[in-house]
Parts: sequence; C-alpha cells; structure tokens
Amino acid sequence: MTTIRKPTRRDVLKYGAAAAATTALCTPYVSRAWAETVEINMLAWYGHGEPDMVGAFEAANNVKFKPKYYAGGDNMMALIAQSPPGTYDIILSDGEFVQQLNAAGYIEEMNAADYPFDDMLYDDFKQFPGHWKDGKLYSMMVRCGHLGVSYNTTAVSDEEAMSYKAFWKPEIKGKVGHFDWHLPNLGQMSLTNGNGAKLWDQDEAGWTKIKETTMTLRPQVGGYFDYGGTFNGLKNGEMMAMAGIGDWITGVLERDGAPVKSLVPKEGGIQWTESYSIGKGTQKADMVKKFIQYMLSPEGQATSARMLAYPGFAITKGGRAKLNEVDPKEAQRTGQVDGMPNDPITLIKEGRIFYRDIPKQQSLEDWNEFWQEYKNA
Amino acid sequence: MTTKHAKNTDYYAIAWRLPLIVWQGLFFIGPLVFMVAMSFFLVRNYRMEAAFQFGNWERMLTRGFFWDAYFLTLWLALLATIVTSVLAFPASYFLAFKASDTVRRWAVFFLIIPFFTSYLVRIFAWQVILAQQGVINAGFSFLGLGPYQMLNTTLGTMVGYLTLCLPLAVILQTFSLANIDKRLVEAAHNLGCGRLRTVFTVVVPLAKTGLVVAAVFCFILSFGDFVAPYYLGGSKPPTLSIMIVDTSKSGQQWPRAAVVAIMMIVTLLVVAFTAIGFAYRKRRT
Repeated sequence: MTTIRKPTRRDVLKYGAAAAATTALCTPYVSRAWAETVEINMLAWYGHGEPDMVGAFEAANNVKFKPKYYAGGDNMMALIAQSPPGTYDIILSDGEFVQQLNAAGYIEEMNAADYPFDDMLYDDFKQFPGHWKDGKLYSMMVRCGHLGVSYNTTAVSDEEAMSYKAFWKPEIKGKVGHFDWHLPNLGQMSLTNGNGAKLWDQDEAGWTKIKETTMTLRPQVGGYFDYGGTFNGLKNGEMMAMAGIGDWITGVLERDGAPVKSLVPKEGGIQWTESYSIGKGTQKADMVKKFIQYMLSPEGQATSARMLAYPGFAITKGGRAKLNEVDPKEAQRTGQVDGMPNDPITLIKEGRIFYRDIPKQQSLEDWNEFWQEYKNA
Repeated sequence: MTTKHAKNTDYYAIAWRLPLIVWQGLFFIGPLVFMVAMSFFLVRNYRMEAAFQFGNWERMLTRGFFWDAYFLTLWLALLATIVTSVLAFPASYFLAFKASDTVRRWAVFFLIIPFFTSYLVRIFAWQVILAQQGVINAGFSFLGLGPYQMLNTTLGTMVGYLTLCLPLAVILQTFSLANIDKRLVEAAHNLGCGRLRTVFTVVVPLAKTGLVVAAVFCFILSFGDFVAPYYLGGSKPPTLSIMIVDTSKSGQQWPRAAVVAIMMIVTLLVVAFTAIGFAYRKRRT
C-alpha cells in the first residue's frame, strides 16, 4: 500500500522557493503578453462587439474589444455626453446621428484615402448625408438594412404586406407590435400617408396627419417592445405583425425557420444605416482605423451581413461577392444577388427606399412626446 | 439629576445609531436631495446643466399622458394590493391557526425559496407559461378551449405583481396572525361567536397592524415595479416606472424623469403614512 508522506518543513521551504522563483521568472513574460493586448472601447448597438463580429480581428491583432451597448441614437448621444472625452475609441452610430456626433465634437476626422470608396455598391454610400463636412470625412458607412412590414406569414399574406395598411387588418387586432422607438415607427406612419421622400420633412399640417394616422392604429396594438421583446413576440406568435422593424429582426428568426419575414411595401421602406467613427481623443486611432478597414474588407462585410444579433446588407461589391461565395443561401434570402428583384440596391435605385433621418420641422422631443402620448392612449 | 454616567450612556447610544444615520444620509437623503435639485436642471445637447427653472415640472404635470400613467399605476398597484391581500389571507390563516409547527416551518421555507431566484428570471419564465403557445394555453387546448391572450395584458401585469408580492404578503400575514393570543379566539367561540364572525371581529382587528404592513409592502413594490408591466403587460399602456425609462432614454431628459420619480415618492409616502396611521390607530372603546 502506498502511504502519503507528510511534507516536512524542509519540503515546504524547498517547493515554496521553487514556486516563487518560477513565478518571479515568468512574470515579466506574462505581463508583457498581457500588456501587448490592446483594449478597444466600443460604443455600439448590441452584437457588434461579440465574438462572431470581432473574434477574427481580435485574434489576428491581439486586441480585445470592450463593448458598451445602446439602443437608439438618443441613448447613444446620452452615453457619450456622460463620459469623459476619449472614453470610447470607436463609435458605431446610426447614419442620421453622425452629424450630431460631429457637431458636438465627439468624433475625429478620418482620411478618406484609407477606405475603399471605389468598391461601394452604390454612389450614395460614398457621400452619405452627414458623414462629410466641408469636404472632410467624419464617419464611414459599414452596413445598412431596410425597414418595412414585418409579419407572420400565417396571418398576413405577401400581397397584404405590400402595404402598411396590413397593420390595420382586422384579423390581427391586438397582435400588432411596435419596436419601442418613435423614429422608425412614425417614419412608417408618414410613409403610410404617402409622404414618400418628404417623410421626415413635414409641416404642421403633415405632422398632425401623421399623428392622426398613428392614433388610428392604437386599437390594433398588442404591445411596445425592446429588442428582446420584439424578437420573442414574433417568435412565440404573440405578435402577428410588427411596425418599426425589418429583416434585422425577422431575418434572425427566418434563418431559424420561423414563419416570419419582412417586405418593403409599395409606400416605400426606410433604410437604417450604421457607420463607424473614431472617438475624439482616442489613443488607439491606428488600431481603430485598421478595424474599420477590416469591416469594409470582403471578409468583414460578409461577417457583418451574417451578424448573429441582427443581419445587415453588405455595402461593398467585394463584400457582396464574398457573401455569395461563403453563404449563398443567406445572400439569396436577403436579395443580395445581382439581378434579384428585391436586391436592396435595386430598391434604392427604384426610389422605394428612404434613408432614415431625424424630423426636419419638428424636434425629436416633439416626436418622442407624441410617442408617449400614443402609448398611453 | 444629570450625571456623568448618563452622558456616557448617550454617547454609547449615538455610537450605535451613527452607522444607520450615516448610511441613510449618504444613500437615501443625499440622492433624494440631489434628485429634487435635478428636477429643476436643464438639458442642452444631451448634457445636464445645473439651473433653477420650473420647466420640467410644468412640462410633465400639464401633459395628459403623465396623469393617465399616474392613475393607471395607482389603480394597478391598488388592485394588486387587494388581490394579493385577499389571496394571501386564507393561506396565512391556515398556517397560523391550523397547521402544525413543522408544516408552518416548511411552508415559510418554501415561501422564501422564490426569492433565491432573480425576479426577472421568474418573469421570463411566466412569459413561456402565459404565451399563446405556452403551457396554460396548451392545457386549455386539450379541453378544446382557447388560446387566450394572457401575455401583454393587464392580467399578465397582475401575474407579475403577484409573483413579486404574494410570498412576502403570506409571510408577513402569517407572522402577524401567529402572534394573536389564541385564548381570545377561543373566548369568542365560547361566547357563541361563529367562525366567520370571529375572523372578522376578532382575528382581523387583532392582526390589523401586520395585515396593513403586508398590504403597504404590496403597494410599494407594485407601484414602483418596471419588470411586470413591461415584460408581461407589453408596456400597454405604460406605468410611471416605464415612463421614467422612456423619458431618461429620449434626449437624456433625466430632470423630467426626476419629476416623475418625485411624484412617485410623494405618493408612496402619503399612502404609507396614511396606512400606518390607520394600522396603529387605537380602537374606540
């Protein structure tokens, strides 16, 4: 039988000294390895700092992303305003909020020569509104998506979904949900009123009409949800149609086989646009630039298009080609194949897509206040 | 006569009280004062600026949607308090008067267990149970009934409130009823008082303080709860706690959110002090 010898005081001293020496000898190397990992503080919508998006870049460049997530442009502006300058190295913002970021001095100027403008799928993307000021670049568009009518295919037909009127369908009373953010929802109501390209630029009479149209939808509404609630509402069949969203949510469910989808109706759809900016005062501008370049590379674009949290469209030719190569099924599902009738670029060219913006003749506060009134109606 | 000894005793007592006073000062009075001050601040370009103006109060208190949310929240909290108190009482009565000591100990243990799990997790579990394709509707479908809409309704909100309050109400009521002198109940019976009459004329008045305290806890917890009305009620319509989140999210309007919060605190103080005053009011002889 093997017996375990009780360690003597000499053993303890001997092995203890060896352990201490090993630790002391290794510490410089371990510390150096740790020190070399660059931490990048990211402010973004949920999912952008997750391993599926940044894992490959982290591994290749020995960096670690520390994401802080927000929901909605107002929320993003508030988070930056509360933080000292230089807190965020990289900021992902909705396209329409870039001009506010720039006006407040929260972002650095970027060098246009560093980015693949020649590879853009559409000319508008090269000079996206608000991204340039006085000929200087301040933000780089990386992805986009379209908002329209999102619905459960067992309750709403494709034909019905070709109009926002589908939300008023009597059979789905109490089963229409809202993504709880005034901007996309009221934008869709403006489109319902036939405002087309002027959807954000409405005078008092137009704004009153938007409010009236929105109020008529109230009896149909089953709830107001955040991202998770919207997702669950569609998934468990509680909600049969959802306003204020698009494929960025239904796409995740559709990929899993749920009977939901999104269409751009005849009144037009709204494009959400996401852009990266370099945070003012960052000490890691070079690494951030490298990351934005990666996200605009074919690999980065294909990764972004298949983002687990919510899919988006590739905006470069190289990105689209890569997506078709690595995931033709997803490219087909989202229409990101040249020549498809629902190709997002074709929809933009046909004038059926309008870029999301902020209200021109009212304040965001007016819109938000009405949204609260609507929720309480 | 004031002696040196008496003075020393005072310092001793103060020393014991000091941590609580400091704690309350730092983490209750301090933030409360700041919140009141903040309700007069301004917001410019998503940044709060110290100021003294009544714009936030005027803006919130003159809006119909604020008062709609206020009275809805008040009504829902009141309803939750009544439903919880009524549902809890028979269980508490049984545990206090009928159950053996062993049963009572186990029952209290099982009533405490829900608090081991996060309230939010329990609410998400209710989403699965109450959904159209959930457990309850699956049961109804076996009987050829349903499906019924339970999620994103007032019923859903109420289920959430009960999840939060019911175990606590049963525990508080049980402790209160268990402390009643049983001889008084026996005396009522010996004098010919029926069982139901004994409950309402002897048991309830004797346990009044505990019953009211349990009800006040229900009201406070329900009135300020965000999770149940948002995740089970579908935020339709929003309660005051949801309005605080909405207001602070949009345009960094913390000062206006502070107005809503102060109105909630004032309401809770009025309700709590009125209820406690009622609980400790001596019976007329």
